[in-house]
Order: sequence, then structure tokens, then C-alpha cells
Amino acid sequence: MSQFYTSTDHFTIIPAVMLALFGCAILLFDFLIFPDPRQRKYLLIFVALAEGFTGFALYRQTEWLMVNGQTSLTGFGGSVTVDGFGIFFNWIFVIAALIVSVVSYRYLEISGEHHGEYYGLILFAQSGMYFLATGTDLITLFIGLELMALTFYVMVGFLRTDKRSNEAAMKYLLLGAFSSGFLVYGFSLMYGMAGSTKLAAVAEAIRERPLWDPVVFLALATTSVGLLFKISAAPFHMWAPDAYEGAPTTVTAYLAVASKAASIAFLLRIFMGPFLSAKEVWEPILSVVAVLTMTVGNLAAINQTNIKRLLAYSSISHAGYMLLGLVAGNETGLKGIAVYVMVYTFMNLGAFLVVVALRRQNIIGEDLDDIAGLMQKSPGYAVLMLIFLLSLAGIPPTAGFLGKYYIFLALIQTGHFTLAVVATLYVAVAIYYYFKIVRSMFARESTEKAPLATSAGLRLALGVSGVLTLAIGLYPEPFLRMAQTSLLR
Amino acid sequence: MHPITTVHYLALSAALLLIGTVGVLTRRNIVIILMSIELILNAVNINLITFSRIWHNMDGQIFAIFVITDAVAEAAVGLGILIALFRNKETVLADEIDLLKW
Repeated sequence: MSQFYTSTDHFTIIPAVMLALFGCAILLFDFLIFPDPRQRKYLLIFVALAEGFTGFALYRQTEWLMVNGQTSLTGFGGSVTVDGFGIFFNWIFVIAALIVSVVSYRYLEISGEHHGEYYGLILFAQSGMYFLATGTDLITLFIGLELMALTFYVMVGFLRTDKRSNEAAMKYLLLGAFSSGFLVYGFSLMYGMAGSTKLAAVAEAIRERPLWDPVVFLALATTSVGLLFKISAAPFHMWAPDAYEGAPTTVTAYLAVASKAASIAFLLRIFMGPFLSAKEVWEPILSVVAVLTMTVGNLAAINQTNIKRLLAYSSISHAGYMLLGLVAGNETGLKGIAVYVMVYTFMNLGAFLVVVALRRQNIIGEDLDDIAGLMQKSPGYAVLMLIFLLSLAGIPPTAGFLGKYYIFLALIQTGHFTLAVVATLYVAVAIYYYFKIVRSMFARESTEKAPLATSAGLRLALGVSGVLTLAIGLYPEPFLRMAQTSLLR
Repeated sequence: MHPITTVHYLALSAALLLIGTVGVLTRRNIVIILMSIELILNAVNINLITFSRIWHNMDGQIFAIFVITDAVAEAAVGLGILIALFRNKETVLADEIDLLKW
């Protein structure tokens, strides 16, 4: 290592640096120039600038890869790798962070907790996600994970005076810290086998060991506990419904979309990296976990009366579908995961945004009763919610179908017919509980007359999510090409 | 007299992991659960330092410093949330925070 810190090194981490700097700037300017709480929404300018710079940096990184005809660019002696995979996932984080920020101010004002640091936390979490998607070193990945997780603990408990928010944050923190303890124990064993924290060296060390080596198995088991917890796969899913219900709905949207996408990226980095040579060992385990996750998610969702909790269980079952793509493990399966994550981002954000609009002064607006009669009150929102729910269920003209299509295709290509049949059956269960929301919106009378809490940002974000949910379903080619780039690594 | 070998360190680490896990799963007091999580992270640190000595490189020790930092940050956030919770609910017992279920 001749030079300690080169411009190439800098180029590989510049998006995360930008996000962290703008996060700090928000913390500072919140005190200095926006003393009046009503002005705090102007902090959105900082978020927009940060995301603009991040997007530009990602664009420049893509351009560099294309011009130099390479699939990846490594920095810091192999600790950070910028490749199509990382860039693809980072675009998802950029979109999720932007959408969540623009819808937040009205919701937080109504909840009486509109503080500037909220936007800072969104950016800090995103800079952690950057390292989860691009890190190729155990330390980098661990720090990225903890940066994201710690900010999320704070954001889940953001409504300080709300008992449910406190409780959700406490449960999420205890279980989250517990699981990352196991994860990092697995990391320490991986370091012990390789003598280096680089993923490439660890992969080499694991390849040289026999298939059922006890140390490899122990490392695999403990690491999997942490990874499966983060994507809320059963049996480590119990935090998700609690955290989703107790958190402010805007944070729930961010948690459900960006945190899950980042964790999936992390999972793929580990399982398609160091543990790839032990695929025979983890494939049956992950198949069982995936089926269990879909079972728990879909069956527990049936009886829910709280929309956020229902969507939480639905997001657990979506994690099961994404795992199936990894079980298949071929190119179609990995592309299927990328498509699924992209589709899931828009449809799930959209569904949570409608719930955000239901929160009004003195109305918590999370129950199935609160969405009743939405068709008469605000037909636009009801129709958009219908589109998102159709997409979540995976019904053809919408984007959700496309995500499931590639997963099922990959399962059939690799001969996992039983898994494909089980997954298809659970789609039918899912349709049942999504239509509980639809029936409430269209067939029942509204219980109160208060108009929805809308804002310009919310309408814009909902419009974008709705259009994209339909567009990906109707004209998938450009989006499939984007997903294809995530395979270049 | 037997010298202390790598196996001893790893056994100590495994024991700490086990004690921490049992602590998290069985204790009611949230402060003690947080302490048990610290035990797990310290088990990791012992592992890392041991491997660092076997391999004669610094990666493990650097990793251990990051893990210590993370443990501190986690404890700070955890106690902060616990104080917010205590203000509203007047309890630090894990089985009494039961507003959210099913």
C-alpha cells in the first residue's frame, strides 16, 4: 500500500461522505437559521441537495465503469467495491429517502414532533446503507449495518411522548442489538478462518475447507441469525410488526423499504460472496426459512385490524419471496430479487403513504375502520391504494406481478417445483387479506368526516409511486435493463 | 502447569456468548438485558483478539475497537430510549411493555 488515501478511494465513498456531511449540516442549521418550527420544512432543501449530489456521484461512478469497461472499482485495498449491484441498490435508497422526506413534515407536525434532526437521521441511515450495498470487508459491512440500525432505533422512537413509539423502539433495539451480536460473532469466526477481514479472502478460506466443516457451519449459522433478522424472516420476524406499528408511519415506510432493501443487498453480498461455496449447506436451510416466512407473514396478516400491522406481516411475506430468489440462486433468481426490490419499493411506499394521509388531528388513522369509505371521501387516494394493493398481491397489469414472475421462473428453472407451488398458493392467501382493505375502502361507510391530511409533497410522492407501480407493470423493458445491471459484479 | 492456549480463549468467548444469550432470553429487567448484549459483544472481542494473535495481523484488533465503539453507541441509544419509555410507563421490566401485540 503505497498511498494511504488516494482519489480513487475517495471516489468510491463520495456518496456516503456527501450524505453524512449534509446530515451534519442539517443538525447545525436546524439551530442556527430555522429557530421557528414552522420553517423546519425548508430543511428539505438540504435533503434534496444531498440526494442530488449522491445521485450525481452514483451517475459518475456508473459512467466511470462504462468508460473504463470494467465491472467494478475497488477502493481502500478492497474494503469498498463500487459495482452495478451497489449502484442499483443505492438508487433505490435515494428514491426511498427522497419520497419519505417530502411526505414527513405534515405528519410530524400533526404528531407534534417535527424536529430538524429527523432529516439528518434519514441521511445518516442512508450513508450506512451505502456501505451495506458496496462494502466488501467485514468491518465496513458491520459499521454500515450498525450506522443504519442505530439511526432506525432512534427514528422508530421519534414520537417521544407516545407510549407505543417508545415501546416499539425499545423492542426493536433489544432484538436488533441481540441479533447483530450474533452476526458479528459469525464475522469474528470468518476472520478467524481467513486471517483477513476482506470478503474475498474469507471466501477463499471457506472454499479450502470441507463442506460440512463445523467452524464454517457455526459462522454460517450465527451470521444468518443477524441477516435473517434484518430482513425480518421467520423465526426472527417478531420485531417487525411491533416496530412498524409503533413507529411514525413515515419512518415505517422508510424502514419497510430502504432498510429491507439494504439488508437484502447485505444478505446477497454475504451469501453470494464468502458462503457461495457452502451453497449446498445453506440452500435447504434457506428454503425452510423462506417457506416459514411466507407462512407466518401471510397467515398472521389475515386477522389484523391495524393497517400498518397488516402491511408489516405482508412485508414479512415479501421477504420470504425474495429469499426464494436466493434459494434458486441462478441469474434469473438474482435478477428476480433486484426486480422484486425495485417493485416492492414503489408499491410499499405508496401503500404506507396513503396511511400517512389518514393521520389527522386527534385521529390516529391506522385501523381498517379509519380507511372505511375512502372511495366516497377521496376517490383519488382510494384508487391509488387499490393499485398498490393489487401490486402487493401480484396481480398482472401492475408491477408486483413482474417481481413474482421472475422469482417463480427462477424456481422452475432450477427445479424447485414444490417451492414454486407453495409460493403460488400463498399469493391466493395474500389476495384475501389485501382485499379486506379494499372492501373497507369501497363497500363501507365512513365513520368520520375529517378530510385527509394531504400536502404538496405527499401528493407528488403518491403520484410518482402510483405511476411507477403501473409503469413497471405495463412497460417493463427499461426497468428490467436496470435490474440486469445489478448482476454486473 | 498447563499453558493458556487458543482453545482456552475460544472456550471463554463461547461461554460468554452463551451466558449473554441466556441473559437476554430469561431476564426481565431491560438494563440487565442490555448488559447481557454487552457480554455477547465482549465474547466477539475476545474472539477477534485471539485470532489477531494467531494470524499475527492487526485486522482483528482494529475490528475489536470498532465493536467496542458500536457497543457504546448501542448502550447510549438503548438507555436513551429506556429513559423515554420510563417517563411514559414507569417500568423497566420487559414483560410489562405489552401495548403492541399480534
